[in-house]
Parts: sequence; C-alpha cells; structure tokens
Amino acid sequence: MPAPSVSTLDAADLPLDAFQVRVQAEVFDASTETTGLVAGRTDVGAVVTFTGLCRADDQNGTPLAALTLEHYPGMAEEEMDRLLQEARTRWPLSGARLVHRYGRMVPGDPIVLVVTASAHRGAAFAAAEFLMDWLKTNAPFWKKEERPGTAADGTWVEAKGTDDAAADRWQKG
Amino acid sequence: MKVLYFAWLRERVGVAEEQVEPPVEVRTVADLAGWLRARGGGHAHAFENPAVVRAALDRRHVKPDALLHGAREIAFFPPMTGG
Repeated sequence: MPAPSVSTLDAADLPLDAFQVRVQAEVFDASTETTGLVAGRTDVGAVVTFTGLCRADDQNGTPLAALTLEHYPGMAEEEMDRLLQEARTRWPLSGARLVHRYGRMVPGDPIVLVVTASAHRGAAFAAAEFLMDWLKTNAPFWKKEERPGTAADGTWVEAKGTDDAAADRWQKG
Repeated sequence: MKVLYFAWLRERVGVAEEQVEPPVEVRTVADLAGWLRARGGGHAHAFENPAVVRAALDRRHVKPDALLHGAREIAFFPPMTGG
C-alpha cells in the first residue's frame, strides 16, 4: 500500500493552543489575537476576524448609555467549546479563537471576538458566521441595557426571532 | 440539588442560587419549574410564563421534559442575548 501523501496537517499536528475559548472582563485586541493564532504557522491560507461592538442605539434606534453582560461562569466556556467542536466537524479549520466579555460596556467597546483560520477562505468565512450565529442563541450570556438619563438599573434585552432564524439556517437537514 | 438563576429570573427570585430538596414526584425540569413556582412570591413571578424560561442541567442545555435524576446543578434563565 502506498504511503499517503502529506498534504494537510492532521488534528494531532496542530499546536496545542490552536483552538481557544475565553470569557473575560478585560478588553481584547483583535489584532493581537489574530497574530497569536497564526504565529509560526505556514498551513493557514485564510483568517477571518469578526468583532461585535456595543452600539450607541438599540434595534429600534433608542439611545443606549451602556450594556451589562451577565454570564453563567463555567457553562459559558463549556458551551463555547462545544460550538467550536461542532464547527470543527463541519469545516477543516486550522485554528480558532472565541473571546466573549462580561461586565459593563459603553458604546464603542468590543464585546465578542471570533477568529477562524483555515487553508482556504470558504471554510474560514462560513465557520466564523456559524460560530457567531450559534453563539448568540446558545452561549449563556444576557444583556441589560441602560438608557441615558434613567436610573442605572436598566432593562433586559429580549431575544430576537431573527437570531433564532440565523442560527436555524445551520441545522443539518 | 443546587439551583442557579440568571438575568431577570435571578432578580425576580431574589437570589442567584439556592439549595433545594424537591419531593420524589418532581422528576423533570418542567416539574421542578412548577414546584418552584408553587412556592409563591418571587418564584411565582419568575416562573409565571414557563414558555420563556430555558434550563441547563449540569451546564448543558436541556428541554423541559429532561429528567433530573443524578443532576447536581440546574440553571434557569431567559433566552440568551449575548454576542
């Protein structure tokens, strides 16, 4: 039997930190995360980076002063890890990072980061979109909005049907 | 078992977590939600519309008909709004 040609990296050959999930209060830097993901790699042909930011108005155009993100410690990391594992069964990823912040954020602050790396752009684009869609409906995070000039307590954001629809697109028939 | 509450469920119940000892006839996630609701007060307010309450057993999403047996931790929360 001829030896198989060595064309792609085996999962076993990937760096130990090629796939990373983090939940943190601190601000992240998308560029540092992307550089870290591909450092020393020669098998990556495409990197897609998505950053979700806190906006100054909500979906109805109402002004927003700040957002507070609550999460379920432990499950948040585990669920994000499960999403990453699911993405790896669907696309040939060479690496990925998922970073989600919690705590209080003001407009302009980064909230969530998805970085996917693959040999080709198709897989990197698709996996990034899939991860973001599923993260919104499956990762245990909840947003509370503060309005300018109102009491600091705020109101909980309601889940959107459009997010469920976006996540459902990826259901396997 | 330990029960955790998040977001507006936590605010309505008034605590982030509590230890409960439900009777043996409380077998499913939905049974437990109904049993907690029957305690009245903040619990009744939190579980007034079970259709909008989600649950996780030992940190995994589950449906209301999931069996509780053997679970150490259950969490109740509204639909997620992260990202």
